Amino acid sequence: MTARVGVITFPGSLDEGEAARAVRRAGGEPVMLWHGQRDLRAVDAVILPGGFSYGDYLRCGAIARFSPVMSGLTAAARAGLPVLGICNGFQILCEAHLLPGALTRNAGLHFISRDVRLTVVTDRTPWTRAYTPGQEITVPLKSGEGAYAADAATLAALESGGQVIARYLDNPNGSAGGIAGVASAAGNVAGLMPHPEYAISDLTGPGSDGLGFFSSVVSAVTAGAR
Amino acid sequence: MTGQDTVARAAATPGQPQPFSELGLTAPEYQRIRGLLGRRPTDAELALYSVMWSEHCSYKSSKVHLRQFAAKAPRSDALLAGIGANAGVVDIGGGYAVTFKIESHNHPSYVEPHQGAATGVGGIVRDILAMGARPVAVMDSLRFGPAGAADTRRVLSGVVSGISFYGNCLGLPNIGGELAFDACYAGNPLVNALCVGVMRHGDLKAAAANGPGSQVILLGSRTGPDGIGGASVLASATFGEAGGGHAAKRPSVQVGDPFLEKLLIECCLELYRGGLVTGIQDLGAAGVACATTELAAAGTGGMRVRLDAVPLRDPALGPPEILMSESQERMMAVVEPAAVPDVLGICVRWGVPATVIGEVTGTGRLEMTWHGETVVDIPPGTAADDGPVYSRPLARPAWQDKLAGDDPGALPRPSGASGLRSALLSLLGSPGLADKTWVTEQYDRYVRGDTVLAMPEDGGLIRVDEDTGLGVALATDGNGRYALLDPYAGAQLALCEAYRNVAATGARPLAVTNCMNFGSPEDPAVMWQFAEAVRGLADGCAELGVPVTGGNVSFYNQTGESAIQPTPVIGVLGVHPDVRQRLSIGFAADGARIVLLGRTEAEFGGSAWAQVVHGHLGGRPPRADVAAERNLARVLADAAASGTAVAAHDLSDGGLAVALAESCLRGGRGCRVTLPGDAFTFLFSESPARALVAVRPGAEAEFTAICAAHAVPAAVIGTVGGDRLEVEDAFIISLAELAGVHRGALPAIFG
Repeated sequence: MTARVGVITFPGSLDEGEAARAVRRAGGEPVMLWHGQRDLRAVDAVILPGGFSYGDYLRCGAIARFSPVMSGLTAAARAGLPVLGICNGFQILCEAHLLPGALTRNAGLHFISRDVRLTVVTDRTPWTRAYTPGQEITVPLKSGEGAYAADAATLAALESGGQVIARYLDNPNGSAGGIAGVASAAGNVAGLMPHPEYAISDLTGPGSDGLGFFSSVVSAVTAGAR
Repeated sequence: MTGQDTVARAAATPGQPQPFSELGLTAPEYQRIRGLLGRRPTDAELALYSVMWSEHCSYKSSKVHLRQFAAKAPRSDALLAGIGANAGVVDIGGGYAVTFKIESHNHPSYVEPHQGAATGVGGIVRDILAMGARPVAVMDSLRFGPAGAADTRRVLSGVVSGISFYGNCLGLPNIGGELAFDACYAGNPLVNALCVGVMRHGDLKAAAANGPGSQVILLGSRTGPDGIGGASVLASATFGEAGGGHAAKRPSVQVGDPFLEKLLIECCLELYRGGLVTGIQDLGAAGVACATTELAAAGTGGMRVRLDAVPLRDPALGPPEILMSESQERMMAVVEPAAVPDVLGICVRWGVPATVIGEVTGTGRLEMTWHGETVVDIPPGTAADDGPVYSRPLARPAWQDKLAGDDPGALPRPSGASGLRSALLSLLGSPGLADKTWVTEQYDRYVRGDTVLAMPEDGGLIRVDEDTGLGVALATDGNGRYALLDPYAGAQLALCEAYRNVAATGARPLAVTNCMNFGSPEDPAVMWQFAEAVRGLADGCAELGVPVTGGNVSFYNQTGESAIQPTPVIGVLGVHPDVRQRLSIGFAADGARIVLLGRTEAEFGGSAWAQVVHGHLGGRPPRADVAAERNLARVLADAAASGTAVAAHDLSDGGLAVALAESCLRGGRGCRVTLPGDAFTFLFSESPARALVAVRPGAEAEFTAICAAHAVPAAVIGTVGGDRLEVEDAFIISLAELAGVHRGALPAIFG
């Protein structure tokens, strides 16, 4: 079977085309989903791409979480569907309480567009199984509100529960614990502030280190189906 | 019903005084309007003519000079649409066409830097969208007062945050541009924004309202009192007395909504794909007045508009304010009646407000009504095309000879190795030459996934076709110091540098856009500078074989009597046959031989060395050699296509010394160089038509043959490797020290 990976377009989404391109490059079949439709079209996994949904004039992701597509997605995520939110998608998943914590203004207050070094912390999620724990990768970061924040108890639970999936080597935006990405307790829902979909080739990105997130889910879905 | 000044009332009250001079019209211009109409204009008509005949919209002072761009244009098969359209359209092969344009937003960016710069991006993006293209990238050419000045910090920080806010949210990669500082820009920063878009050949759209019965639909934002400082004159002079309106006076700077612009882009592209619009125009300067008159004048000729149907953000606005408003994120579409329901449906899907406000007629008149009463009734061509044209007096300034005689040859030169070393470090750490990461890191350069090169590379490079590797390269350049010394040469040098920067990516330059930033056209000295710059650019383009496809003129960049340096900013677009063969500036391969291309003369007039080390500006600028530029570009294109080069970097501000340092830092590798002559001249002269190339080991003979074939002088000067920049008999500087000076400068000033 071919993994069918849904990519949602919200008003103001920007990176849906690149997320779809990365899925295709990883051997999956991208399926474009529209924010106004509840139906998930029987996809095997879903990506919420980056961008500025609804302009992000309120808190980032605060309006998108009420989109019709999110009601179906929330139930499916709680039932185990692999879901990855990248950048604005991560913010939406936090606003929807599918992931703990929140993303706040960068330390220094400026938008940061930069290639960053990350450590992939765990291979025990459907989005990171292609990596080796401790593996260092380079992917672009491009966000103004990318500083991960959570209360001390939540942070402690994330660390002890193995829910931190990626960490900055050189924390660029003031994220708590240098956290670049987290997963839900069950591991199927993940959020990542940097953009692996822009690291799939050295022609248009810093290399192809980001492809692993997409090949991970493709292999997880196909393995699960066998 | 509202006490509006109607056509009937205007005809009946010919003697009523009108505030034409407050609206920027001269007495002869006002009389001309009366002559054209055979009566006095209504308030709404007066507002319409005042904005359409403004310098900004009518090019009344520049038109007589700009005609040279068409008259001298080289033959080009690549041009699908040229001057006069919203933006020029160039055939790049493979069935693709690209459209690009640069435009100024100088004055708003000084008053309110964040919104001024943001709406500058928004405006140029809509120009490109109106041609039928998908906007794919932006660039910004920025000039500010001295970097250390307190007000520069306010203006620069605001401009950069505005471009970041708007461009990032819109989802367009920012792939390059310029950042320069000079005291002359302290009260007049220059914010020039460029956008490039891509379409298939058949997608080109016309800004014309054709076919009587077709409906006129206003898309996007509701109209508010943005940017209508002038119209409040009318409000207070007439409506206030009549008790009808009380529009609040608001700052004349517009506020941008990039989210709505993003929706507008996707919505318009879907309308285009469905073949649902027959004509389209963006709303920028002069808003509804400009869009309606230009659409009507370019089409069947007649249009009837119900101004009271225009959705308003402020219900107190009347016809003159609605016509003049510069509310952002609006487009005007012309749609056949049968297609209206489909158009409105697509607008609903994208959440873009859309309202039918009028229709095309066969009357040859642009008529506008306000609650049933006629408030505008004019032949549209009189406002759109038949504005005043001035041949303003021009005079070469008396000080020009004295300036030219102040030769930099008299300046003390650095003595010995330590002097050369400290001169290079001073240049690398000067704000204009320092690493620009503080600025560019606030811009998303990756979005859309097709950015192959972006700053600090010589040119930006965007992939157009993933299968074939076809792409477009862009660069903008300008140099006010050169242009002050000689505006004719200055314009050509800016053209040559942008052309060279595009060539340095491996692309073939194809077309030119320009943004002419000058002082007051009413000053004969400024007008002379302008005329010389246009003549220089037109001559240079003719010789290079690249046509000017469009551009923009910004006059009145001055504080009191003191004008900015004449600053023609030139954008060049090139086609790259295969972006996988692109050349970066970085020395990324140990052992590569470094070749200096071109001829080096002792040329220091207007140079970065004279400015940074001596605070000097005088003498003659470097001599532009257009034929040599063309040959150099051919070498670079062949070197990229044949794979003989692994890196290329153009030589410009700061000469060879700065170029070597930049290539070392970009590639993370040092080099060892032996100069073929006088060290100071070879390191810091700014002779144009030169570039550095790092040649793939083993390909030296092939590369030498390419240079010989195009008659370009080539000298092997060194080898890439190590972690130091080593110039024999001059200096050795570690990459760490270079990086500290180069990367630390702007953060030390701007935080």
